[in-house]
Amino acid sequence: MNDYQMMVDAYKKAGGEDIFSDSNTAHMVLEQDNVLGKHEVEGLKMDAEKNDKNTVDLKLQVKEGYKIKNPVHMCFGVLPKEGLQKIVMNVFLGEDAEIEVMSDCVFPNAVQVRHQMEADIHLSKNSNYRYIENHFHGKTGGVTVVAKANIEMEEYSELYTLFTLRKGRVGKIEFDYEAELDKNAKVEMLTRISGYADDLIKIKEIAHLNGQNARGILDSKIAIKDEARADVYNELTASAPDAKGHVDCTEIIKDNAVAKAIPVVEVKHPEAKVTHEAAIGSIDSDQLQTLMARGLDEEEASDLIIQGLLKG
Amino acid sequence: MDEILKIEELNLVLDKESILCNISLNIKKGEVFAVIGPNGCGKSSLAYSLMGLKGYKQKSGAIYYKDEEISNLTVTERARKGMTLAWQEPARFEGVTVKEFLSIGAQSRGNNIKQKDLEWALKEVAIIPQKYLSRNVDETLSGGERKRIELASILLMKPDLVILDEPDSGVDVVALNNIGNIIKDFKEENIGVLLITHSDEMLKLADKAALICGGEVFNVGDPKEVSEYFKYECMPCEDHNPVEHQEVLLNE
Repeated sequence: MNDYQMMVDAYKKAGGEDIFSDSNTAHMVLEQDNVLGKHEVEGLKMDAEKNDKNTVDLKLQVKEGYKIKNPVHMCFGVLPKEGLQKIVMNVFLGEDAEIEVMSDCVFPNAVQVRHQMEADIHLSKNSNYRYIENHFHGKTGGVTVVAKANIEMEEYSELYTLFTLRKGRVGKIEFDYEAELDKNAKVEMLTRISGYADDLIKIKEIAHLNGQNARGILDSKIAIKDEARADVYNELTASAPDAKGHVDCTEIIKDNAVAKAIPVVEVKHPEAKVTHEAAIGSIDSDQLQTLMARGLDEEEASDLIIQGLLKG
Repeated sequence: MDEILKIEELNLVLDKESILCNISLNIKKGEVFAVIGPNGCGKSSLAYSLMGLKGYKQKSGAIYYKDEEISNLTVTERARKGMTLAWQEPARFEGVTVKEFLSIGAQSRGNNIKQKDLEWALKEVAIIPQKYLSRNVDETLSGGERKRIELASILLMKPDLVILDEPDSGVDVVALNNIGNIIKDFKEENIGVLLITHSDEMLKLADKAALICGGEVFNVGDPKEVSEYFKYECMPCEDHNPVEHQEVLLNE
């Protein structure tokens, strides 16, 4: 089996759809620094260039006025037990452009793998970008993911991001996302992660609602057990009239896991409003006992509750 | 009718306070046994203790289910043997669909659930399947809706004994009627029902009733008589001692 097929298989096992033979659906498959497969559609340009060893410059552009009909599938990963994959990503959406990207990152055999992403994202006026990212890190905990994104959003642009890691180990994850929003722009960043053993999760998400009527939601849901640790830092600032936002962080812990939530809200205009909620605790006993009274054991009931929470 | 549940001299103590005192009751297969009494008298605690919920293990006494002493069984083990409980205030489950929730009890009892079974169970509780199956069992559903969905899940579970903790509270008149029909269904299916209620309508469905006061069984017998006794003869007990209270009433 060649690397392309192995990546596609790992992608499917992680829950990815079988779209690679569909000519109407754009995709890119990237194993370490090798582009194994690529397909573009009209209005979308994807350039991947090997810049340095283990480093790929990836440019994704959607031309002005183009609305890409089917979600674009991106499959990133490292197949060997050890390796580094560094992606320098540049995303540009022209005015009135629209795209949804389904990105799956798979490291099925990882013992010591580092996946690093540095992204600059620019959303032009009235553009819409949806980025759904699903990770599968295997069961050894040998993956380190470091992701940094600088996001600029022009007026009326919209960004929705959803990061999920619901199965297997996390290893180490470190996110650092920061978005600047112009008037009437809207950002929604959702993170759903489940970790165990000595997994380490560090989330830092910041959005600045600089323009009038800008909107922001930062929503993190984390479930950890054993010796895992999660630190979530969500910051939302509002400095223009009618700018509104909400920060929500829910963390469920079991065993010796440790969770920390730091919601920071800053309002610099009297007509702006930002709210926040943070809750850390164990699984709700009423939920647990309801499911146990239907015959699930405690572990099965906990899993169902956690998976439900992470879906929400 | 054969006995499905036998409670002998059950005593429950929570935070050093006696909650249930020498409770002895029997419930037969296909019997609807109502438990009534004032707020805080221990009705829900009895339900939780019978189901084996955490923190509600009895201090002394025995619980026999199908002739087996179950005091040391977990909630899960009791449920898998065919006992279940519907809560007064059903829990919310973020991200769990009605479809998933309905299937849980049935699957744990080894019942294979098909789409038509799900639709049948929801229709039994007057819920339109197409509108609800993909919704989440969370705060977007009202307490009454969650209550009916919980009952639908129990219908699919096909238990042998159901403990219903105030199924009538917080539901509208139509739903109340449906819940009544479900209790009749349970009876027809030879399922024993322990029905905790404040409703006269629900009480009409019962074959037998017990009045609990201050954690003790005060009176057991015909539901109408027990209810009337509770309504017209009972008074707030200062010392929560039903035996003394009964003596006072008898002397009067």
